[in-house]
Amino acid sequence: MVATVLSVANATKRFGGLVAVNNLSFEVGQHEVMGIIGPNGSGKTTMMNLISGALKLSEGSISLEGRFISTLKANQINQRGIARTFQLVRVLPGLSVAENCMAGMVFGHRRLWGDQARYEAGKLLERVGLAGQEAVPVGSLTYIDQKRLELARALASNPKLLLLDEWLAGLNPTELQQGIDLVRSLRDEGITIILVEHVMDAIRSLCDRCIVMAAGSKIAEGSPGDVLADPEVIKVYIGEDI
Amino acid sequence: MSHGNDVKSLVWGVVLLLLAACVPLVANGYWMSIALTIAMFTVLATSWALFSGPTHYISLATAAFFGVGGYLVGTGMSDYNVDFWTMVAIAPFVGAALAFLIGIATLRLSGVYFVIFTLGLAEMIRTLVSWIQNNFTGSRGLYVLTDLTEADIYLYLVGLAAAVYLVGWWVNRSRLGFALRIIGNDETVARHVGINTATSKVILFTFSGFVAALVGALIAPRYTYIEPNGVFSPEISFIVVIMALLGGTGRLWGPIVGVIPFALLQEFININYSNYSTLVLGIAFLVIVYFLPQGVVGRIEQALARRRRSTW
Repeated sequence: MVATVLSVANATKRFGGLVAVNNLSFEVGQHEVMGIIGPNGSGKTTMMNLISGALKLSEGSISLEGRFISTLKANQINQRGIARTFQLVRVLPGLSVAENCMAGMVFGHRRLWGDQARYEAGKLLERVGLAGQEAVPVGSLTYIDQKRLELARALASNPKLLLLDEWLAGLNPTELQQGIDLVRSLRDEGITIILVEHVMDAIRSLCDRCIVMAAGSKIAEGSPGDVLADPEVIKVYIGEDI
Repeated sequence: MSHGNDVKSLVWGVVLLLLAACVPLVANGYWMSIALTIAMFTVLATSWALFSGPTHYISLATAAFFGVGGYLVGTGMSDYNVDFWTMVAIAPFVGAALAFLIGIATLRLSGVYFVIFTLGLAEMIRTLVSWIQNNFTGSRGLYVLTDLTEADIYLYLVGLAAAVYLVGWWVNRSRLGFALRIIGNDETVARHVGINTATSKVILFTFSGFVAALVGALIAPRYTYIEPNGVFSPEISFIVVIMALLGGTGRLWGPIVGVIPFALLQEFININYSNYSTLVLGIAFLVIVYFLPQGVVGRIEQALARRRRSTW
């Protein structure tokens, strides 16, 4: 039995009358890569925002290694060990590439500073494929390199749980393969990951397990092969047989 | 930024401060008065930029803190017979407390809402102080009589400027300064990398309120006669913003590059075309927004970077 890293219990989020996440429960074990899939608007990103503290739960609870985090603010949750990337890439345009990476390791779960932070940032940038680009203006990075940078920033805090919100979206086929390889290497290192993704190849090759959301609720859970063959899942994705 | 660079800028800073401290030895009354104005706005604009530079939160509340400093000295000395230096010691803490409260109240505001709120609040404080004076303390003006000369006040302000530069230098090297730059780039990211954005912003805003109130208190003897509508004038807030942006807020020494020419320009306009000083303010604002969004210092650094690239 692997230790549970994240436990979500009966999570519900309402925006006025709209229920974006409806009574959702799941657990993520250590070293596990879990995917959240589902059609657009099914509440996947809202779920990520609830875990990272960008949004507050209406009901239910979320705990990290047995301690409640659902009442904490985003910065406190990051300090407890959850780091994320954003659906629409968010790099810091006024900072250098190295500083963008350092931003993730100064205030959060890991608190390095000075030469040590610079050294670690160099190592991480090399790790995500940005070696030698420390001094390049962030604005002139390609899209995938901005995504790499955002990943480096998230990894910089040495998180217990990494949230990747459509990190592979918008990449061309070559970049996509590089992206999948990069996430797989993180997986091989034993990092616990939740990823929201539309790219089914990525789900199949990266996830140990995934949950499928539709209209805010969980409609299936299991190995990628099983859930993607589930008639209910096929129905929400491509509609019913005529 | 390497340590060598830090030491070099520190040495430069000390040399320039010593030169500034020598101004009273050579300046006559007229130039002493201009130097005093420059010193006053240097401290105000530099401390303003410590918060507003990295975070891009444009505060128009400087006049509120400056006014509180000046008014406290005035009312303390005239209405309660308190010694000048006692009031100078009290004023910055009142300014800091006020800035702390404004900081807490405006945490959720950003962009133009923050600008309008700070302006409105400063105006409200001005009106409130005038109202209290008219209805309760009986006199409209307050006298600040000391035997300090303009040169004395100038030297105090140069000393204060040194302290502000030192604090700014330290902040820029610290985690706090790094946090503020991240906040200025993307506050959502800042929260998600573990930064307590509220605390970081309030600390710097409180510091700028502390300094502005101290400037207002120290310079009160220059005016002799304190009137709320004068010391709380919103024009002070606007001028501080214009000077800081003109120089550039990307560097600690950026604001002073805007303060000196703008103070001289204002002096020239006031003497020759005194009716047009507000117009000049407006034009200066347009010029900065359209042509110098990074300030003079930012523009120079851009040009240098281009030249370095092209000579490679």
